[in-house]
Amino acid sequence: MILTLRTTQTLSSALAVALLLCPLSVQAVDVPSSVLSAQAKRIAAIRKASASTVMVFAAGGKGGGSGVLISPDGYALSNFHVVKPAGTAMKCALNDGQLYDAVVVGVDPVGDVALIKMIGRDDFPFAKMTDSDKVRLGDWCFAVGNPFLLATDFQPTVTYGIVSGVHRYQYPAGTLLEYTDCIQTDASINPGNSGGPLFNANGDLIGINGRGSFEKRGRVNVGVGYAISINQIKHFLGYLHSGRFLDHATLGANMVTDENGAVVVSNIIESSDAYRRGLRYGDQLLSFGGRPINTVNGFKNVLGIYPRGWRVPISFLHDGKQIDTFVRLAGVHSPEELLAKVQPNRKPPARPPEQEKPKDDPPEAKPPAKNIKKTGFPPAVAPFIEARHGYANYYFNKLNQNRVWDKYIGLTKGDKLPGNWIIEGQIGNLGAATIHLQANRVDAKLPQGTTFADLDADLNTQDAPRGSGGMLVALHMWKHIMQVSPTRFGEVYYLGSMPTPKHSQKQDVLIGTHSVIECRYYFDPKSGHLTSIEMYPDLGVDPCELYFSDYKEVNGHLLPHHIEVVHGEVIYGELIISSYQFPTAVKGAN
Amino acid sequence: MSLLFAKRLPLLKPLLIATLVLSGLATSSQADDLALASNTVQSKMVKIYGAGGLKGLEAYQSGFLISGDGHILTVWSYVLDTDYITVVLDDGRKFEGKIVGADPRLEMAVLKIDSQELDHFSLSKSIVLQPGARILTISNLFGVATGNEPCSVLHGIVAATTSLNARRGAFKSPYQGPIYVLDAISNNPGAAGGALTDSYGNLAGLLGKELRNAQNGTWLNYALPIAQLTTAVEDIIAGRTRPRSFDETVNRPDNPHTLKSLGIRMVPDVLAKTPPFVDSITRKSVAEQKGIQPDDLILYLNNRRIDSLNTLVNEIALIDKIDDITVVIQRDNNLIDITLPGQ
Repeated sequence: MILTLRTTQTLSSALAVALLLCPLSVQAVDVPSSVLSAQAKRIAAIRKASASTVMVFAAGGKGGGSGVLISPDGYALSNFHVVKPAGTAMKCALNDGQLYDAVVVGVDPVGDVALIKMIGRDDFPFAKMTDSDKVRLGDWCFAVGNPFLLATDFQPTVTYGIVSGVHRYQYPAGTLLEYTDCIQTDASINPGNSGGPLFNANGDLIGINGRGSFEKRGRVNVGVGYAISINQIKHFLGYLHSGRFLDHATLGANMVTDENGAVVVSNIIESSDAYRRGLRYGDQLLSFGGRPINTVNGFKNVLGIYPRGWRVPISFLHDGKQIDTFVRLAGVHSPEELLAKVQPNRKPPARPPEQEKPKDDPPEAKPPAKNIKKTGFPPAVAPFIEARHGYANYYFNKLNQNRVWDKYIGLTKGDKLPGNWIIEGQIGNLGAATIHLQANRVDAKLPQGTTFADLDADLNTQDAPRGSGGMLVALHMWKHIMQVSPTRFGEVYYLGSMPTPKHSQKQDVLIGTHSVIECRYYFDPKSGHLTSIEMYPDLGVDPCELYFSDYKEVNGHLLPHHIEVVHGEVIYGELIISSYQFPTAVKGAN
Repeated sequence: MSLLFAKRLPLLKPLLIATLVLSGLATSSQADDLALASNTVQSKMVKIYGAGGLKGLEAYQSGFLISGDGHILTVWSYVLDTDYITVVLDDGRKFEGKIVGADPRLEMAVLKIDSQELDHFSLSKSIVLQPGARILTISNLFGVATGNEPCSVLHGIVAATTSLNARRGAFKSPYQGPIYVLDAISNNPGAAGGALTDSYGNLAGLLGKELRNAQNGTWLNYALPIAQLTTAVEDIIAGRTRPRSFDETVNRPDNPHTLKSLGIRMVPDVLAKTPPFVDSITRKSVAEQKGIQPDDLILYLNNRRIDSLNTLVNEIALIDKIDDITVVIQRDNNLIDITLPGQ
């Protein structure tokens, strides 16, 4: 009730004054039921939305902002520029009046998003992420949050407005804090609202507020606030769970609008995947990420909503011919370049350095600093923090590595299959195939001929059989990681999740580097199965892709009986497996 | 805090019920209209690009179509002070905009693009709003939208209808007539020339230029009622404000006024379009008696727009010596009307 009072007071203060002067209106009690139900709906939406809204307070009085819970176990979204001054741990309040400890999980500095985890409950109230592409210009919406850090009583502020624009593009500061495909609102977004939720009229989450157009009128709302669309964040969510500093993507090509209004390539890097897919200078971009492209802003909007490494559908006109394909997106920064830009101060100096400010400053509230000495992390959060170079919080990478690997290895029990493997079957309808996977050598008898890979030699030079991009080495990488486990394979980390051209459902991805070769392992989050491997002999060339399916039980091991081999968008062949033999495996192992 | 609140509650309660009822009414009846109106007005809006680009001087503003043949209503500003005005329609098509005419006293200009069958607002169907009416403002504030991206829509109410000269000295604007004061933060950089509509998208006003209160530094959010502009717009479109001197068929008097006979000496004509500044005034001339001064800029002659010294000379040659001449001059930031009697 108090909440209702607070919000309606602000909304209707002008009316309230008018009514004071005009007592006759108060007698109007005969209210249509449709009006009452609309009002009840709004109250319910604000009540529901407010419960999941997080008020972030950085330790030591170093500012704060807002956030929103998106899962019952405490994962919450906020802004990078809110979390950055706070470091790895912070305090978060809910409108239940409780203050909770929270840790940083993953950070997207380009998109200005941070994932944090609040600790202490497994039944947190959380917001429902809805489809923000369905948000229309003129829709009612409301922001809930902690503007000017007013919520010291742990009751958030609600500001109501409409959607003033959709699919907006706002330029970055340097290469960070780029707002692409964002939602513009006239609901008041002030310093401290940063990181907080923007809800639709039903109280479902459509975006994360993070920015306003502040120019000459001071750092207060001027009717133009921007929220990162929740659909963009959904793409990054798996990556955010990886505990890493995330990068955004580049196509490796620049676009301009020509005199006819077409969006055309003005520059392209020859080592880019787009170049290998046939994109050239002067080609017209038709669609990208499934959206028709009519403006350069439209292109940048699509590019901004995908993490580095995703494969995105693209259509372009080359020599008058339309080409529809998928393109792998490279990173905007090199890993070290990104780290240098975002590495938080683990021991913050007395006066934190001024962060890079975009033209439109993000609303970030800074209360007067109080001198609170901080020694180490609170006991509640210490178990959830693991520092490692290159990670926002390595604890969460390990957590997800283990989640994915343990589920998979529990199905295949590949760690119980040491020694050599013999795979027999056929390549499509071309003829019989036998592949002998040994410790230092892979031999293959294929319908195309006999071939081999020497595992003692440099692996990045062996692309046998010809045209496959290195199927034999890729199969070895599959067997090897199972036999030695990721911990002894080489450097392995959890990348996040992404769809593939064959899987619209996002797949969990582990990346392992072994003997200069990088392999990406894709796992189905539901079944736990390995669905594909991409083996990159070198950066700048197409990988060998293996797609695994038709899982069947072999002596207690669940193994694929269909492997499609693809190289550079061309199918090399389909390996249909009739039998697995493990001559050196311990008998009876399961 | 809660104690204090409890004390106030009995007083607030009846009010609260009433306000809930009223705001509820607004929500239910207009929930869909705002989205509908916000989208249907877009095809009538244009983005205008011109001079500027320096710090604090954005090179863009807003406007809207007022005829199917490409007439556009916008504000008169430095953005239009160029030979290359670009107009971008809602569908992304780009056109060159020509100035048909302007009224500096209303700070309004009419542009024209070469196109047909365009969706547009009809000035004759514009509406008058009362204080408290729910409104939308549609503009390209901050230049957020480019190409075929929709203009920004902000909502609010008419907070007051008043006159700008009610606070003489506070708002330094040539326009001192009636305005709508809005509670939406509508008048941002680039928003000038945008449309004010009711919640159904019916045109009610033209968003004015940014105005800062000289006394307290606050910014005014306001719009000019369309009724204040209609006559001037009609005059402009009908050609009644255009110079006539290029027209071969116009009757030329045998004995016209001349600058010399009026006692006005202009600055030398050294440019293709030399701005018509007064250089000096002959002593005891008509011009001196009526208060014309050196450095005055002549903007209008008999309500026709004077864009250069050459136009001024040619236009004066069309006025018979026995007729009065009205001029609008700009002196510093003020517009002054002066009548020079015929002889």
